[in-house]
Amino acid sequence: MMASNYNASKEEDGHQPGAMGHGGAGTVKNKKPDNTAFKQQRLPAWQPILTAGTVLPAFFVIGLIFIPIGIGLFVTSNNIKELEIDYTGVDMSSPCYNCSQSYSWNSTKPCTCSVPFSLDQPFESNVFMYYGLSNFYQNHRRYVKSRDDSQLNGDKTSLKSPSKECEPYRTSDNKPIAPCGAIANSLFNDTLELYYIDPNGSRTAIPLVKKGIAWWTDKHVKFRNPGGNNDNLTVVFQGTSKPVNWRKPVYELDPLDPDNNGFINEDFIVWMRTAALPTFRKLYRIIHKKPNNMTPTLPRGEYILEVTYNYPVRSFEGRKRIILSTISWMGGKNPFLGIAYITVGSVCFFLGIILLIIHHKYGNRNNSAEIHS
Amino acid sequence: MDNCPPVRSSPSRPEHQYVERFWKEARVGDFIRLRCNEILPADVLLLSSSDPDRLVHIETATLDGETNLKQRQVVRSFLDLDCDFDPSKYNSIIECEKPNNDLARFRGYITHRSGRRDGLYKDNLLLRGCTIRNTEECVGIVIYAGHETKAMLNNNGPRYKRSKLERQMNVDVGWCVIILLAMCLFSAIGHGLWMYQYGDKRPVFDVLSPEGADLSPVLSAVYLFLTMIIVFQVLIPISLFVSIEIVKICQVYFIHQDQDLYDEETDSHLQCRALNITEDLGQMQYIFSDKTGTLTENKMVFRRCTVAGVEYSHDANARRLAMYQDLVDSEEEDCTSHGGTLPRRDSVTSHQSAAKVVLRSQSTKSHRRTGSRAEAKRASILSKHTAFSSPMEKDITPDPQLLDKVNHCSSQMTFKTFHSQSLSQLPSDLTDIIDFFIALTICNTVVVSSPNQPRQKVRMRFGLKSPVKTIEDFIKRFTPSRLTSNSNSSSSSSLNRSSHRECSSVLSSPSAESTLTKLDEEHHPGGPGGLEHAFSSVPPHTTEGKPGALEEGELRYEAESPDEAALVYAARAYKCCLVGRLPDQVTVELPHLGKLSFELLHTLGFDSTRKRMSVVVRHPLTDQITVYTKGADSVIMDLITLPPTDDSKGRRQRKILYKTQNDLNLYAADGLRTLCIANKVITKEEYAVWLRHHLEAETAIQGREELLFQSALRLETNLHLLGATGIEDRLQDGVPETIASLRKAGLQIWVLTGDKQETAINIAYACKLLEPEDEIITLNADSQEAMAVLLEESLHYIQAKFLCSSSNPSRSFQNDYAPAYSFRPPPPSSQAQPFLVHRLGLVIDGRTLAYALDSSLDEKFLAVARSCRSVLCCRSTPLQKSMVVKLVRNKLKVMTLAIGDGANDVSMIQVADVGVGISGQEGMQAVMASDFALPRFRNLQKLLLVHGHWCYSRLANMILYFFYKNAMFVALIFWYQFYCGFSGSAMIDQWYLVFFNLMFSAFPQLITGTLDKDVSSETLQELPQLYMNGQNSEEYKPYMFWMNMIDAFYQSLVCFFIPYCAYADSEVDLLTWGTPITTLSLFTILIHLGMETKTWTWMNWLSISFSVGLFFTVALCYNASCPTCYSPSNPYWTMQRLLGEPLFYLLCVVTPVAALLPRYFCRACQSSLFPTPVQVGRQLDKLPSDTRRNILSRVQAGSLLSLRPPFLSSLSFTGPFPKDYSHRATSTQNQHSFTRGPAKSPEGRLDLSLQRDETGKAQGKGWGSGSPGDTKRSLEEDDQYTLASTEMDTLPYTKVKEAPQPEAGAGAGAGAGAGAGAGAGAGAGAGAGAGAGAGAGSTAGAGAGAGAGAGAGAGAGAGAGAGAGAGAGAGAGAGAATLLLATPSLATPQSETIHLTLPPAGGSQSAAYRRNYENYDTTPHRPPDHRLLPPTDRPDHAHNQATPTCPKEH
Repeated sequence: MMASNYNASKEEDGHQPGAMGHGGAGTVKNKKPDNTAFKQQRLPAWQPILTAGTVLPAFFVIGLIFIPIGIGLFVTSNNIKELEIDYTGVDMSSPCYNCSQSYSWNSTKPCTCSVPFSLDQPFESNVFMYYGLSNFYQNHRRYVKSRDDSQLNGDKTSLKSPSKECEPYRTSDNKPIAPCGAIANSLFNDTLELYYIDPNGSRTAIPLVKKGIAWWTDKHVKFRNPGGNNDNLTVVFQGTSKPVNWRKPVYELDPLDPDNNGFINEDFIVWMRTAALPTFRKLYRIIHKKPNNMTPTLPRGEYILEVTYNYPVRSFEGRKRIILSTISWMGGKNPFLGIAYITVGSVCFFLGIILLIIHHKYGNRNNSAEIHS
Repeated sequence: MDNCPPVRSSPSRPEHQYVERFWKEARVGDFIRLRCNEILPADVLLLSSSDPDRLVHIETATLDGETNLKQRQVVRSFLDLDCDFDPSKYNSIIECEKPNNDLARFRGYITHRSGRRDGLYKDNLLLRGCTIRNTEECVGIVIYAGHETKAMLNNNGPRYKRSKLERQMNVDVGWCVIILLAMCLFSAIGHGLWMYQYGDKRPVFDVLSPEGADLSPVLSAVYLFLTMIIVFQVLIPISLFVSIEIVKICQVYFIHQDQDLYDEETDSHLQCRALNITEDLGQMQYIFSDKTGTLTENKMVFRRCTVAGVEYSHDANARRLAMYQDLVDSEEEDCTSHGGTLPRRDSVTSHQSAAKVVLRSQSTKSHRRTGSRAEAKRASILSKHTAFSSPMEKDITPDPQLLDKVNHCSSQMTFKTFHSQSLSQLPSDLTDIIDFFIALTICNTVVVSSPNQPRQKVRMRFGLKSPVKTIEDFIKRFTPSRLTSNSNSSSSSSLNRSSHRECSSVLSSPSAESTLTKLDEEHHPGGPGGLEHAFSSVPPHTTEGKPGALEEGELRYEAESPDEAALVYAARAYKCCLVGRLPDQVTVELPHLGKLSFELLHTLGFDSTRKRMSVVVRHPLTDQITVYTKGADSVIMDLITLPPTDDSKGRRQRKILYKTQNDLNLYAADGLRTLCIANKVITKEEYAVWLRHHLEAETAIQGREELLFQSALRLETNLHLLGATGIEDRLQDGVPETIASLRKAGLQIWVLTGDKQETAINIAYACKLLEPEDEIITLNADSQEAMAVLLEESLHYIQAKFLCSSSNPSRSFQNDYAPAYSFRPPPPSSQAQPFLVHRLGLVIDGRTLAYALDSSLDEKFLAVARSCRSVLCCRSTPLQKSMVVKLVRNKLKVMTLAIGDGANDVSMIQVADVGVGISGQEGMQAVMASDFALPRFRNLQKLLLVHGHWCYSRLANMILYFFYKNAMFVALIFWYQFYCGFSGSAMIDQWYLVFFNLMFSAFPQLITGTLDKDVSSETLQELPQLYMNGQNSEEYKPYMFWMNMIDAFYQSLVCFFIPYCAYADSEVDLLTWGTPITTLSLFTILIHLGMETKTWTWMNWLSISFSVGLFFTVALCYNASCPTCYSPSNPYWTMQRLLGEPLFYLLCVVTPVAALLPRYFCRACQSSLFPTPVQVGRQLDKLPSDTRRNILSRVQAGSLLSLRPPFLSSLSFTGPFPKDYSHRATSTQNQHSFTRGPAKSPEGRLDLSLQRDETGKAQGKGWGSGSPGDTKRSLEEDDQYTLASTEMDTLPYTKVKEAPQPEAGAGAGAGAGAGAGAGAGAGAGAGAGAGAGAGAGSTAGAGAGAGAGAGAGAGAGAGAGAGAGAGAGAGAGAGAATLLLATPSLATPQSETIHLTLPPAGGSQSAAYRRNYENYDTTPHRPPDHRLLPPTDRPDHAHNQATPTCPKEH
């Protein structure tokens, strides 16, 4: 390992400051600096020297630690089952082609399409259903800040007069928009339903749980409906206008469940958490594990995805997907981290070997100071 | 605020009294009355003083730091104003020059209503800031007030110096700006294209501007450009400038606290007066040093003297001085050996006893130690009050022979005067002796004060006379009536004076001319009368009766220059004691004669052009008007007139002159400062004539200086030589060692001194600036053309002599560092090849320097000077000093350091990149102008080698780190732009962006920048070569900036893309993704710093953990505080959630490792394969102390640390060195044979050779103990060249007279090794003798001009010194030098290689070394100078590289 050297502070010079003041010098103020390790820059110190010999162990240690971790991560990631279905409808053959062609923000008639797919392997445990968007720049600077957190937090004044940041989605028809801003305005509003097709041909709707998909803190702290516990959201939101692109006002997002309506609608909350990258997925529903635990959550077989196609993405060459995925302790399927660990570990190991060679060949000499006369 | 009482003399004011006013209310024209100890509020013309002499004493400590009192005089026209000055009656007009900053000059005149005009001088002006002392009350009129005062005008604020490192850094800051703009431009174009691809279809995420306007892609690109500048502005390291300032302040603090830079004797330590150039200390290339007070102690000690042609060697005095040195040495030894257990009980000994102890020195060791320590202490206390009065300077041991003569002489005089016989009957040598001591005593400006009240001047009034300042005064004094009235008593004289004045408030006087005409008839001074006068006031018995009243030992002399003090103390040792000095008289106590008061008629102060000072006194014994002159020997000798007659007296005079000149040469060869003392007696008529001219000159407004100069010249002619003195200016402790180690550090040291050539050369030898083996080129020219030819010749000579040297690094004295000596900035002149430093010394005098500094010759001069190892500029004026520094700094583009202690060094200190002042005894002006003030010259070693190196490497590393850090952080955001449509969005929270530089990553780098030590201070001092690291700017080169930038971009790529890939296509939101990036980039940055940190103290650990802790604390608090506040980022609960995710931790581990891997690897490889000197030094640090000491002692003993890459050793012979080596070998061969040719030509072809021969012979004779033949041979090999302008016709390279033969050199080496028993002391003595002989020969012989004679003497002296050095014990050195000069092609392996094998894992270290000698024997007599490398070292080195020297392979 790195050789270390502790320079003990040498207090050899026994001059006490003041001991000098003998005889006539007693009155003379001695300006001699204190002999302390700090002031004389003699603090005990560890002095690592980076040479092949000293750094060699570090490389091997890193390599030996990283490679197993990487393998573990890689295996974990590979055990995650994931299914991705693109339903944008770009291709002529795609069932949603028609919808994608005709649809725009202004149309009122809902367009539906069914996407069949099959599972080769059953999905065990909880299955998370995501919708994914590509090429959607939710991280655009002006987009990110186009929201009013106070309004979403249930502040009444902000409800009536939203923040300037929401411009140009702040008011419509001289009424304040609730929720205001571009993020809310562009809420993903496709409705997705999943049906299992029994081998006998009947369709069974798979129960999709829509609560528990948002962060707990968002649902309970950051987002609140105005008016406290007033259940009548219609009254609360009176005098506000719905966002321009929305079909229905905010208090009708989930009219059946007052706990999921208004600002605290979890689909809305999830959307409001802006994605970091232009290709992203957002949790849509959770398919909970069957209680009897005997059958898988999603058994293998044929499925149909019923899409109510509301969200236009063609204007920005976007793609829409749904993803069905199980998760592990480290999140969703992503083999990258495992690969990264394995790679870094291997590189370290390799460099360690190079250093070993260098050390072996030149190490003896490199530590020798040669002197000529 | 000190109030001052000005009053306006407006007649309208009813109450005529002074009122108190604030300083700010002082206006020009105000009358001001000041009392003792008050500070002057403005520049005031002194009109009245309560002092009976019409004097005011001021202390000018605030202006120049000098604590001695200075006298100022009332304006002449108000001198006689006896009653109190009444401002309301003042009715004169003052005209003076415009406000200027020249403290030493004030010119003007005052015109009275009567039409009388009087000149005003600087002696009349009290400057603002001074303090009134010893004067009860004075009144003056304000001349300059406020910002127009001279003190304020001098205060032009600190010159802002920007260090080289900062200049370099600013270039890179510029690059940062360019990178920033490029990044912004790139983003803007990207954004424009991004916008463009959507065309008219506005996607939902592209939000319109608040006004709803739809921006075109181009316009939004322009807006985005501006946005990005704000986002990326962190790239411009504003915080760097702040951090640098903080680090520098800390560095200054540590430098300040260094105990090694503290001088106990003077209780002073280093002062950093410039806070912003500490790192420049690590990059110096040239040092320009003053000599006196800088290299030497400026403690002038009287050593010996010659009077009337008889030399008094003062052996006892020499022994005393040597004892001082021994004492200091032995004390140091004791201190080191005994550690801290120094007994201190009897340090209370009085000065007297301490001095006795010192003188005896036979007492026990502990006594000596404590005695000298107490003595040193006391000296330091004393010197606080009185300069130049350490016991060493005071206690002169008189030469018994001379003392006898003095006693005899004075008793004779007593006898004669008692019997009223004429003194002229005395033997002339006796009068000369007494005159000599009188001159020493009175020809100065020493002020006497008594010790109990140090600031109270001794009042010894025997007659009240002011110096002759006016014609009428002169007339008054030389009228018989005055003499009679004066002869009564001292009390009556004051009455007399008042009767003369009669309260003449309205000044009127008869015209000067009319009185002067009357002078001739009127004055008839009676000799006996004068005598009577002198004796009536001081009867001899009175002084004998009260010896205790004014014990001479208790008097304290305050001198302006140390020489004066030394001479006065010397005279005191011979009982000629200065007891009192008044403006008009000097009182001297002579043996047997008692107190005599000399009427002081005139003092012509010392100036550097005349190089002498004179006093005109009336001799109380003879009543003759006598001029005593003291000055530099070169001037005085020219002014001596010999009696034209060829009688015995004339012959005797001639003989005296001749002998004195001999003695002077001897003194100079000994390194003593010489002063000649002369006198002359003038008649009153002559004096009157001279005085009239002089007074005219004094009152002149135009060209007064010139007129006064002329006037002084008229007086100081036809002098009679009395004798000469030799004052030793002792070298400061550790100067040779310091110079040697600074030189090893690759610093070029030039000495710029005002002293004369001989002294300078001698001091240069003494402090090892010149080595005996060095050749010396002396440049003395009379005209520009001669200088041009001379320079051309010198260049030719150097090129011929070292023909191959420009391409042959083996000729440079430190061949392993050859690249360091090739000045890297390409020289502006035609010489494109690198300059190498040879074993040459260049000596140039002031006059020649003036030609050399001319713009037509300066390049050539530099070309010559830079090839020389040491350059001595003698007789240079302050202006020339600064011009030399400026020339070198500007033309060579090197870093210069000027060090000096006196006012004459101020300009040079200011011009240099770093000015260092020695806070010595010559006032504080140099210190005030300096950037660093040191107590001693030797402190320069640690300041430069240790602190300079540290400061430089710390700051350089910190700057590079800063650039890296900012670039790395900003690049993260830049990469993100590719994923957010170049919209200027950032994934890092706004507050993290703000605090990242300010808090999270700020402290560790400050700690590292302040405390990091790459190499320990011990190693740095023992291996000065490591300093070249800074000289070559190796820590911070331009490419390093780019390497750091590339590394920063690489690291940021890693830090960006690992999280990117890890979170790709996931539900992660902006900040949940950005926060891990922030965290892991913080880790990366801190670990990067850790890799750059060389020493880890607890503070480093603390600061890094503090940074990490701070980040997490802030993040957690911030993310938990307010769910809605931080629009637009809204990071609520992000960190808390991240800490629960394993992915976060996994990222934080792998990313820094991946990011820093290349750097770590490269560092390890580089330091293994191509270790830099500094890295080798660090490895040395780690060795156990005894091994290390062993290695270092070998390194010091004449070898070098080889830093050759081990890598190369395995390569074949095709490296860059061997290739041109073969060429070099042949070329040197040619050169060798070429020089041998003319060498066989007969000697004496040049005047030079004569000198050398003489030297050799003299040396050979003087060298009885050694083997004469060997010595002589070795001497002859040691060439000395004096290129005087008279020898311009000879070809330069023919001046090689005797080709040194390699065999002879080897033989000499061996032989001298055998005969090395002779001590160095003997060698020095022989050198002195030889110098004297040679000097005598040259003066007597050819009848050459004085200058030529001096030059010859110098050359001979130097040669003798060189010979002595070479002969005494340094035989091997001579041999080596010979080899260096003559046998560069010797190809046999001849080296000493020491291998230090460091086992990798601790274990026992071993030092194995191998020696390879074939030709000559070395070890015990090896000269301590490691530069004496065999010339074959370089080829040999290459050879070694070709044959692997790894122990394994043997």
